[in-house]
Formats: sequence, C-alpha cells, structure tokens
Amino acid sequence: MKYVDEFRDPVRAGVLLKEIEALTAQIMAGRDRPVVIMEVCGGHTHSIFRYGIEKMLPPEIEFAHGPGCPVCVLPMGRVDDCVELAMKPEVIFTTFGDAMRVPGSRLSLLGAKAEGADVRMVYSPLDALALARANPDREVVFFGLGFETTMPSTALTILQAQAEGIGNFSLFCNHITIIPTIKAILDSPDMGIDGFLGPGHVSMVIGTDPYDFIARDYHRPLVVAGFEPLDVLHSVWMVLRQMAEGRAEIENQYDRIVPRHGNEASLAAVTEVFELREFFEWRGLGSIDHSGVQIREAYAAWDAERKFAVASPSIPDPKACQCGEVLKGAIKPWQCKLFGRSCTPETPMGALMVSSEGACAAYYQYGGIDAVPEPAQ
Amino acid sequence: MCLGIPGQIVEITDAGRKLGVANVSGVRRPVNLACVIGEGSVEDLIGTWVLIHVGFAMSKIDEDQAAETLRILTELGEAQQELAAMRDGDRALGDAQW
Repeated sequence: MKYVDEFRDPVRAGVLLKEIEALTAQIMAGRDRPVVIMEVCGGHTHSIFRYGIEKMLPPEIEFAHGPGCPVCVLPMGRVDDCVELAMKPEVIFTTFGDAMRVPGSRLSLLGAKAEGADVRMVYSPLDALALARANPDREVVFFGLGFETTMPSTALTILQAQAEGIGNFSLFCNHITIIPTIKAILDSPDMGIDGFLGPGHVSMVIGTDPYDFIARDYHRPLVVAGFEPLDVLHSVWMVLRQMAEGRAEIENQYDRIVPRHGNEASLAAVTEVFELREFFEWRGLGSIDHSGVQIREAYAAWDAERKFAVASPSIPDPKACQCGEVLKGAIKPWQCKLFGRSCTPETPMGALMVSSEGACAAYYQYGGIDAVPEPAQ
Repeated sequence: MCLGIPGQIVEITDAGRKLGVANVSGVRRPVNLACVIGEGSVEDLIGTWVLIHVGFAMSKIDEDQAAETLRILTELGEAQQELAAMRDGDRALGDAQW
C-alpha cells in the first residue's frame, strides 16, 4: 500500500480499504468468481493505474477497463477522413493535440502535417472558429471528438458560427455517446461485469437519470465517480456495499460536480445541434447502434461531412492489433503480441497506446517493468 | 480533454457572447461561460472557480476543490498536458481573437 500516502486523506483511504475487504469477504462467501467492476471512463483508468488502486484492493476485485477514451475508439477510417480533409489545399484542419498521432491506414494527422497539410493543434473549438474569422479565404474544419463532455463545446461553437454568419467554419463530427455503448456491453453474450463506475464529467453534462435502465433492466449497480483516487476507492466501496446488500441502484459519489438532471444549458445546445446517428463504428468494438451523433439538417452549412462529401471508408484495424479484445476485457494489454514491442507510446500501432487514458498506454507507463515483454527473438 | 482543468474567472470580455478570461495556473485563457451562467448575470461570475473543458466553463467548483483537483491533475500529468494544449492553441491563434 505504498501509494496510500498520496491520498488527500490517507486515514480515510485506510478505513475505506478495510471496509472494502470486509464487504468483499461477505460477497465472496456466496460466489466462486471474482467481482468485476468496469470503469467506463478513461480518466478513471488513468487514475487507477497512477495510484496503483487495483493493487490495494483484495485480489477478488478486478477492474475491466471500459471504452471511455474517445481517442482510443476512433476507427481508422475516420482518421483517413481527417487526413483527406487536411490535404485539401483550401482547408485549415484544426484538432486537439491528442488526436495527432492516432494511426490512419496510411498516415496520422502528424504524418499529414509532415507531408504539407495545414494541420493546426488548438485547445478549443472556439480557437478554430477564431481562425475561420481571421482567414475568410480558407475553410477551417474542426475535428470534433469526445463523449458528452465535449459535445456542448462544439454545439455552442456551431451556434456561435451561425449567430455571426461565419460560413467558412465546419465541424467534422465524431462525437460518441456513452449510454448505447454501455448497453451494447451489457448485451454482449460474454458479459461478466458486476458493477460500474460511471463517468464523472459525462454525467456532469447528462446527469444520472440516463443510467437508470442499468439498475432497472440489468440489475447492475452503477456509481458515478470522481477521478481523484479517494473518489475511486469510495465509489468501489459504494458498488460493493450495494452488491453485499443485494441492491442494484444508480448512486452519485461525485455530487459536488454532477447534478442529477445534468447541465441544462449544455443539454439544450447539444439537443439543438445534434441528433443520433443510426450507428457509429468503434475501433475494436465494431458498429454500435445509435452510439454517435451527427449534425442536424438545420445546421448542415457547418457540417464538414456534408460540405466535403466525406467518404468514411470502413477500414479494419491492423490484423495483429488486439485493441478490440483489450477493450472488451477479453485479454490484458500485455497479452497482446504487439504490446511493448512494435506498439509503444512513442510509435503506437493501436489506439489504446496513443492516449494516456488508453488502457495499454496506462499499463505501459505504470504497469511496471514486469508487464513489458522482452523483445521478440 | 475529458478531465478538464480548474480556473478562476477574472474578467468578462463580451457579456453578449458570454465570454470571459480565466486564470488557469497563472495563465490567462479566454473561456466561454454559457454553461455556468444559470439564472444570474454573467458579471456575477467574476472570482468564481470553474472546471474548464476545451475552453468552456462546465461546472462551478469551490476554491478548495479547485486546489485539490489541480494537485491530482498535476500528479496525473494531465494539468501539464492541458496547459501545453493551451499554449498550442495560443500559437495557432496568433493574432486571431475569440
């Protein structure tokens, strides 16, 4: 427990760990397989690894690292779309820095930039809108990605572009939505998840009501969790307490940030600008119904997909790449043949190695030297 | 991107467009305030601590929470990434204004 010292309140962390041990013993009395808790959000994955939380818990408690890293689940075909857009001479392609190194079938955005494309890293979609205002003779495309946490920012940016009549700005919309994705995981035949840590900042936007079906229809507890280590421990304790008491409810550990009904202004903007897609392709998980959003017809003028007739080819992941199995929890990152060999944070092959919130990058960074295999002979 | 970063709103620059400036770890950054105004007026937000995601203030927080969140984000390396992303953004913006 060498990391407990780093907790904001080590005494409280110690008490929680003791109670978690007792609850685990109580739960395990009636079962013969480990308790699997999925942390949906990549921020939690990062925190769990950084603070060594899994190692502090009884061995019967396992984390399944969920799909909540938007950079990681971006399919290759969408990266190729970005590269194609960026290569157009009239286009200034703007993106969050996180997305620069995600591999496409031929190039990443970083590679496209090296080949002369005008790719610029911005911090905010409003930076991109400012660039459009300042460069009226160019087309500025913003690469919008993320779950509900970042959806309000791009929705409000489109509403601002409309209000100011800025016609040379458009959004390449790759936003994804968490609820259908959790549902798809719950519906998969080999689903072995006993409870969930719900994403904190997605829930800050959508509230906790949308999760009700998980308790009602699937009888699994979900606790919306903050990402500080003490939040994660507290939330694990809340999930286990529900299991020990035979309850399945939606609880909110992160109520200092997450209101039950979400953020009204954010939801209004998102609903105004976006609608659900029929389906969206995920790296490693395949196509999931209604798991992405697209821009409504009324805002078509700011939709890069319509403006540039984006093709969105469906391109399979590299054959040796096992991001999909890792995402579904079927294998651990180090069990992938590429892990630590041809796939490292410096030269990622699969998306899970790209972002610090990806399970593979987290294992690589914090898993300890034992987790990194010897180079293949 | 997903974890955000705390900042304190220090100036309202355009009440109509709900824009202000936040102090984020000593760095001044324009922020959109549309999601945290609520019932009040935009000027009431000066001095308020907020959690900022990609240039949008998304939730009010208290000062102690802000300090603790920043400490954890720094330990995770996320605060440094976020500040680097802001510098990238500033570089991309050049003379362009929000």
